[in-house]
Amino acid sequence: MNLLAAETEILAPLASGWFLDNAWLIPVVPAIAFALIILIGKRLPMKGSELGVASMLASLVLSAGAAYQWIQRVNSATEEQFVEPVIKSWSWWRSGGFDFGIGQHIDGLSVVVLFVVAFISTLVQIYSLEYLRGDRRYTHFFAALTLFSGGMLAMVLADNMILFLLGWEIMGLCSFMLIGHWWEEDANSRAALKAFFTVRTGDVGLLVGISMLYFAANDWTQENLGLSGFSIRGISAWALSGEPNSTVIMVAAIALFIASIGKSGQFPLHTWLPDAMAGPTPVSSLLHSSTMVVAGVFLVARLYPVFFVGLDILGSGGNLIMFIGAITIVISAALAFVQNDIKRVLAYSTVSQLGYMMLGLGAGAWLPAVFHIFTHAFFKACLFLGAGSISHSASHHSFDMKSDMGGLRKVMPITFTTWIISTLALCGVFPFSGFFSKDEIIDNVGNNGYNTFMIIGLVGAFMTAAYMTRATYLTFFGEPRGASAGHSSHESHDAHASHGPHESGLLITAPLMILSVLALGSGLLNATPFGESWERMKLWVEPRAVEVVDSTYPGGPGESLFIDVPSAEDSHSKSVCGTATPEKGVCYAPQLEHAKFKWSKAMLSMVIVFLGMAMSWILSMLLFTKRDARLVGLTQRIKILGVGHNFLVNKYYLDDLYEKVIVRSVAYPISRAAYWFNQNILDGILHSISSLTRKLSGWVYQNIDKRVVDGTVNNSATFTKSVGTAAQPTQSGKVGQYGALLFSAAAVAALVLVIINT
Amino acid sequence: MFVNQFLFLAAVLFCIGVYGVIARKNAVLMLMSIELILNSVNINFLTFAMRNGSTDGHTFALYIIAVAAAEVGVGLGLVLLVYRNKKTISVDDLSEMRG
Repeated sequence: MNLLAAETEILAPLASGWFLDNAWLIPVVPAIAFALIILIGKRLPMKGSELGVASMLASLVLSAGAAYQWIQRVNSATEEQFVEPVIKSWSWWRSGGFDFGIGQHIDGLSVVVLFVVAFISTLVQIYSLEYLRGDRRYTHFFAALTLFSGGMLAMVLADNMILFLLGWEIMGLCSFMLIGHWWEEDANSRAALKAFFTVRTGDVGLLVGISMLYFAANDWTQENLGLSGFSIRGISAWALSGEPNSTVIMVAAIALFIASIGKSGQFPLHTWLPDAMAGPTPVSSLLHSSTMVVAGVFLVARLYPVFFVGLDILGSGGNLIMFIGAITIVISAALAFVQNDIKRVLAYSTVSQLGYMMLGLGAGAWLPAVFHIFTHAFFKACLFLGAGSISHSASHHSFDMKSDMGGLRKVMPITFTTWIISTLALCGVFPFSGFFSKDEIIDNVGNNGYNTFMIIGLVGAFMTAAYMTRATYLTFFGEPRGASAGHSSHESHDAHASHGPHESGLLITAPLMILSVLALGSGLLNATPFGESWERMKLWVEPRAVEVVDSTYPGGPGESLFIDVPSAEDSHSKSVCGTATPEKGVCYAPQLEHAKFKWSKAMLSMVIVFLGMAMSWILSMLLFTKRDARLVGLTQRIKILGVGHNFLVNKYYLDDLYEKVIVRSVAYPISRAAYWFNQNILDGILHSISSLTRKLSGWVYQNIDKRVVDGTVNNSATFTKSVGTAAQPTQSGKVGQYGALLFSAAAVAALVLVIINT
Repeated sequence: MFVNQFLFLAAVLFCIGVYGVIARKNAVLMLMSIELILNSVNINFLTFAMRNGSTDGHTFALYIIAVAAAEVGVGLGLVLLVYRNKKTISVDDLSEMRG
């Protein structure tokens, strides 16, 4: 072993550290905090919220440490070396030959997402301190919020699919609790149920996918890597080994992708996401920026080799992921135009941005998609928290832009500034963070030869700019309306009414400011326009597509795979990963191309974005402020526009399709058929049997009953009576006495058993 | 293997449980004693599963835990209702028999 290592200089030992080795603590801390909040939270001075905030801060510190040490680890590796993830695994339970593990798998992807989740969760919890002050279920809210983050963190660092599933489902449960936090209102509990069931629909796919992968991959992974078929590392290597049957891996990838569709709100299961706005705003912010919805994208990014091989990513003509992503971008962006609720605009915008991530992953732009998760988390969290700040301090808890907002830029300068920065980031304006990630996705989609999809991406960018400008205009510009103008319908009992709209307190604005700084600057971590040296994210996060020959893995028993050591020339040649069968070792990531950044392409998308903003601005001004006669009521006057508007307002009738058509068509005929069967067939049989029985019983009564039975019965009754009198003392009604009898009988029986057996 | 010790522990727990069921008047304490009995059985199952190197005992233990949880749920529900109606949870006061 030492000899081999000496011969191959490239296998330098990688740096590691305490934070990397103990990264599994990151989700454990919130989990413990959750239990503590539930148990003793109500008795603490801050009702348990301090535990939540403290645990998230601890997770943040741990994940920041892990991120720092991961960067050191990458730096300690050579250019061409595969940076081994830090894997630790323990056996959780064994049953019938299955070994279910629990452990951590820390690589660039997990480190990024861990950091983002911990960071956003911390800020959201701090924000909630103020936002939910005096809430009915303050303690429970913090408990659920903490567990929610813990679930996401556990899922992100899972080393196997079982733990992944566990985190995934914890999040599903917590999202249900949090969306339905104010369940007294019927709409809220309906929204929570809808979210839960829609996501569960997709989850079936996850279960199917995991089991398929296990049974397909287990033999190979056990033999070659000594890993279980649940292990993410094993599955990745197996998928790229050229071993898997193409149908099996395709079906498994589709099943997993269905789970992603449900979780990440992709078309056609996106309908739950906008309704999830029923929850408190911090929940929307957390749910839509870093946790929950990102989980689906993360699943695809995590098991990328499976999708890469199974769905033929980089093949000509596109694939399922791209189609779903592209459809989602456009349809949800269109929906954002007809919403009056500011949070719903943001919700559809999230759906649309998730579409970008999916499109990127489907088109082989892995890194830009992951980078978009990173940047999107900051600006979307900022936008949601901004919307919450408005409703908290200016519009009397209303989210209606048309009736309760407008002209708020003067009274809420901080919220306004952070909102504008995040909006520009979301639209992808240079040099805000969204530009570096979104434009990179569009650019790479085009670079990999999918021109149609690139055009869809650009159309989406145009629409994003337009609907965000509309929302900004309605909220911050024009004349104040409704509650924000000071005349509220429920003035008498509302404390805010006395001093009108104002800026929110520091606990709310501080997270906004921090997030807006990141919305502005986080793009610089992978600023492709400035040259290779700025592409930090690519260096740190993207797994290197090299064949790994010496597969010594930390943790887990088994034998190492010793195959020829590659010569220096081999390691510098183009990687075969993802394109051909690796012969010398195993691959953990497919070889992907990166587009060369060109200002000409970026300028094109910039122009499109500015065009969208300008058009939307002019239209909004004419329509909402000047009330231009040519525009007002346009949808009523021109029929075709009215039809289109209705179509959008009713969300493409997808909700109606699901509830009225699918649920009814399945549930109603079954119940009707059951009723008919009950009425006609079962009743008929019963009637004929009963009339037959009556005739028979008449004869029996006369001949048998009166003579034979009655005699016996009378005799036995006398007998029973005497026995009963004898046994009466035992029936005392004293439970203890019954117990004593029972156990002594059991003891006697046991004694008999022992005697018989010996 | 320390099979004997485990079995002894289980037997002791079982006896304590039986004593509790027989001697206690408080319904909640009786429920707790029943839990003790069930868990002493669990220990037996696990001990023999360990000795025989099979997982059957584990399976049974899991089932018992689940059933015990359900049983306690129903039992406590009954105790609550009894308390509401009779203002007592002493099982001896509940008897309406005249024997």
